Amino acid sequence: MDNVSFTVNENEIVAVVGESGCGKSALALSIMQLHNKQRTKIEGAIRYRDSDLVALNEAQMNKLRGKDLGMIFQESLTALNPLMTVGRQIEENLDYHTDLTKKAKKARTMELLAKVGIPLPEFTYKQYPHELSGGMRQRSMISMAIACNPSVIIADEPTTALDVTIQAQILDLLKSIQKKTHMGIILITHDLGVVAEIADRIVVMYAGQVVEMGTVLRIFKNPRHPYTRSLMNSIPSAATGQDRLHVIEGAVPSITRMPRQGCRFKDRISWIPDNTHENSPELHEVASDHWVRCSCYKHFYFQGRKEKR
Amino acid sequence: MWKFILRRILGMIPQLFVLSILVFMMAKAMPGDALTGRQMDPKADPERIAEQRVQMGLNDPVHVQYIRWIKNIAHGDWGVSYTHKTRVTEVIGDRIWNTVYLAFGTLLITYLLAIPLGIISGRWNDSWMDKAITGYNYLGYATPVFIFALLMLFLFSFTFALFPAGGSVDPYIEPGTFSYVLNKINHLVLPVMSGALVATVTTVQYLKNEIIDTKTRDFIRTARSKGIPDSKVYSGHILRNAFLPIAAFLGYEITGLVGGSVFIESIYSYPGIGQLFVTSVMLRDFSVVTALVMMTSFATLLGTLLSDIILSAVDPRIRIE
Amino acid sequence: MALLNVNDLKVYFPIVGGFFRRVTDYVRAVDGVSFELHEGETYGLVGESGSGKSTAGKAIMSLNKAASGEILFGNKDITKLSGSQIKPLRRDIQMIFQDPYSSLNPKKRVLDIIAEPLRNYERMSSVEEKKVVQNYLDKVGLDSEAIHKYPHEFSGGQRQRIGIARALTLKPKLIIADEPVSALDVSVQAQVLNFLQELQEEYKLTYLFIGHDLGVIRHMCSRIGVMYRGRLVEEGTSSEIYENPRHLYTKRLIAAIPDIRPETRREKERLRNALKEEYEQTFASYFDDTGRAYDLKRISETHSVALP
Repeated sequence: MDNVSFTVNENEIVAVVGESGCGKSALALSIMQLHNKQRTKIEGAIRYRDSDLVALNEAQMNKLRGKDLGMIFQESLTALNPLMTVGRQIEENLDYHTDLTKKAKKARTMELLAKVGIPLPEFTYKQYPHELSGGMRQRSMISMAIACNPSVIIADEPTTALDVTIQAQILDLLKSIQKKTHMGIILITHDLGVVAEIADRIVVMYAGQVVEMGTVLRIFKNPRHPYTRSLMNSIPSAATGQDRLHVIEGAVPSITRMPRQGCRFKDRISWIPDNTHENSPELHEVASDHWVRCSCYKHFYFQGRKEKR
Repeated sequence: MWKFILRRILGMIPQLFVLSILVFMMAKAMPGDALTGRQMDPKADPERIAEQRVQMGLNDPVHVQYIRWIKNIAHGDWGVSYTHKTRVTEVIGDRIWNTVYLAFGTLLITYLLAIPLGIISGRWNDSWMDKAITGYNYLGYATPVFIFALLMLFLFSFTFALFPAGGSVDPYIEPGTFSYVLNKINHLVLPVMSGALVATVTTVQYLKNEIIDTKTRDFIRTARSKGIPDSKVYSGHILRNAFLPIAAFLGYEITGLVGGSVFIESIYSYPGIGQLFVTSVMLRDFSVVTALVMMTSFATLLGTLLSDIILSAVDPRIRIE
Repeated sequence: MALLNVNDLKVYFPIVGGFFRRVTDYVRAVDGVSFELHEGETYGLVGESGSGKSTAGKAIMSLNKAASGEILFGNKDITKLSGSQIKPLRRDIQMIFQDPYSSLNPKKRVLDIIAEPLRNYERMSSVEEKKVVQNYLDKVGLDSEAIHKYPHEFSGGQRQRIGIARALTLKPKLIIADEPVSALDVSVQAQVLNFLQELQEEYKLTYLFIGHDLGVIRHMCSRIGVMYRGRLVEEGTSSEIYENPRHLYTKRLIAAIPDIRPETRREKERLRNALKEEYEQTFASYFDDTGRAYDLKRISETHSVALP
C-alpha cells in the first residue's frame, strides 16, 4: 500500500474496491492494527476521533477494537472459532468492553441475535458455527461486530461467499442497522454491483494505490481513471447482452515487481502514449469530491470497442 | 453415544477373530513347540515326550487345535505357560500392573513436561526459550531410547547410586505397606524418566506446530478484532484448538504404552509385559506369546475407540450418535 | 436435434441412521429434472447452493449415480451404462471445475496434466503428444514453455485455462462448466468468459454452464433453467427469465442481483421488499403439500414455469 488517504464520516458507507492483490485487505487490517507488526512498516496516520491508531500501544488499541471499531470478516466459517458456541463468541465482546453482569450479557446477546434477524436466538446462542448456514453465520458475525455499538465498522468482503438472495438480505441488514446507529462503514469488496447497491462513496484501488475516489453516483455515471473504466466494462451483467467483455491487458504486478515510479497502470494500457502519464502521479480533484490519479485519464480510450455506459 | 460404543465393540469381534487365526497360525509355523527343548535333555525319555505330545493334542490337525484353543479362551483359559509352569493368566497378571504403573508414570511425566514446553515454544516462537527447547527436541529425536536408558542407568545407578538398577521392588518388603509403595516408586523413577524424556520431544514438537498453525487461523484474527488481549486470546482460543489433535492422540498413546516398552523393561530388567514378551518368544512359550499378542491387539482396538470418544467429547464438529 | 436429453433425472443421497446404520431416508438432491441441450448452445443451470445444480452436472459426467430417470447422449442412456461402456462417451463430455487451485494436481507438470485424458484414450508418441499439448496451450493463450512448469507457477486465470486446455484435448462435444469463473477476479473472469465463447465458435461446442452468478449466466447462456431444492422451477430463454420471470423464486433471485446502476437502488430495494412480502404470503402456493415444486408447465414455445 502506498500513499492511501481517505475519510469516512458518520452514517456513511465508503466502499474500497479493487481486485485481489490491490491492498484492500491490508488496508482493513492496518486500520484495525491487526497486521503482523514484525513484518510490516507503517507510515502516516489513521485518525479515529482524537487519536491516531498508529501511535497507540496494544492495550490502548484493545480498548478501541471491538468497542469503537468493529470488523466483519469474509469467510464466516473459518472466521469463527469452531469450538466455541456462537453465543459465547458474541458475549466475549461484551466481556472486555462492558461491566454487565453475566445475566445481562446473555440477554444482550439474545437481543443482538434477534436484531440481525436470527429466528430463534435462544437456540442459536447454544449452536456452534458449523451448525449454521452461511447466511446465519454471517448474521451472527455482524451481531458480534455491532455488540458494543461501534462507530466504525469495517466489513471485508462480507457477502462474497453467499448466495445472491442472502447477499441482498445481508446488505439490507447492514443498511438498516446503520439507519439506527449512524455508524460509518468501510466496505471492502471486489464486486462493483454491491458498491452500486449500497455505498455512498467509493475508493478504487489498484496495485496498492488509490486511483479514483468520489461519490458512487458520480463515479458510476462518469468514471475517469482508465482502470475504473476498464473494470466497469469487464463485468458481465444483465445490460451487456452477449458481446465480448473488455479484457484488461496483462496482469496486476506482484508486490515484489511493483513499479515504484510513474503510473502503475501504464503497462496495462500500452496503446496510450507514454507522455500522457505523470512522472509521479498525484490525485487530482476533477470535480467536487471526485479524485483521479495521474493525467492519463484525459487521453484514455478503449481500443477497438465501444465503451459501455 | 452408548449405541456407538456398543456397535464399535461388536465390530471388533470379527477383527479379533481373524487376528486370532493369524496369531495361532504364526505360532504354529514357528519351528519347534513347548516340548522341543525337552528332547535335547539326555535324561528325558523320548517315548514319554511323544506320549505327552499326544496328551497335549500337539499331534492333532491344526484346525482341531485351533478350535480347542479358541474354545478355552472363550472360557477365560489361555492355557499354561511351560516356562513358568503356571496359568498364562497368572503369569500376565503378575506383570501387567508393573507395566501399567510404568506406562502411566511415563505418560504423566511426558505431558507434564511437553505441555508447558510446547506452549512456550509455540507462543514465543523464535525466542531464545524456543531455541533452547528446539535444541532439546533435536537431541531427543536423535537419541535412540535404548542408548539413553543405558546412559541413565550408568549415570544414576552405577556412578551415583541414586536409584536401583533393576527390578520393580526389593525383596522382603511387606506388600501393602507405605515403604513398599515408596520402594516401588523408587524403582520406577529411572525407567519412567528414560521413557518420558525421549517421548516428550514428539509431543512438544506437535504442540508447538499446532499452536503456530492455530495462531494464523482466521478466527484468531476475529478474536483480536474484538479487542481481546493477547494472553486471553491464547487461553481462550488458541490453546483449546491446538490441544485437539493431542487429546485425540491420547487413546493411541495409552495402548502403545500398555504393550510395554521392550527396551526400557529389558534394560532395567523390569518385570513387565514387554520383558515377558521378549523372554517368552525366546523360550518358545507360545501360549504366553499368543495371549500377549491378542491382548495388545485388543488394547489397540480399544485405544482407537477411546480416541474417537475423546475427540467427539472435545470437538463439537464431531458428534457420534 | 438435441445433443443431450435429461429426462426426469433423480439423484438421491442416502441418510443412514439407527443401530445397524441402515438407510433411513434420502436427500433428494436432484428430484425429477428434465431439460435438453441443443448442439452449439449454452444452457445455464442456476440456483443457490444446495439447489442440486452441481449434482445434476456430475450425474451427466456419471460422477454421481442417478437414482432414476434417463440421461440420453446421442442415442445412449448414460445412467444405464457400465463403467467400460461409459468410457467412449466420456471422451465427448468433459468438465471444467470451479476452483483452479485444487482441481489441478500440484505435483504434475502442465504437460502431464493436459495430456492425461489423451493418454487414457489414445496411443501417441511423446513427440506427437507434445505437439498436441502445445497446440492447445497456444489456443488457450499460454506460452509453449509452460508445458514444463507446475500449476503453482501460474495465476488463477492461467490455471483455469490449463483446466480448459485439458478439457479440450479429446475434442469433446459437450463441456460441463461448473462455476468456472466464480473464484476469479473480475478482469480475469472477463478473459475466461470471452475465451469460452471463442472456443465455442471455433469447435462448435455445447456448454452446460452451472453457476450462481446471474450476471455471468445471463451473459453466457441462450437458455436457462432455474433450480430450487432439486427441482427446475422455471426454464426459458435468457431474456424470458430475466425480463419476464414468472415463478416467485425466479423473481426473487433476479431482484437480488446487485445492479451496476446506483441510481436504481431505491427502486430495487422497494421491489425487493415488495417481493419479500409476496414471498412470505404466497410462498406455499408455489409448492405442493410436500414442499416440492410443481412440474414445469409450458407457457410459450420456449418458456416453462412450475405453477400448479
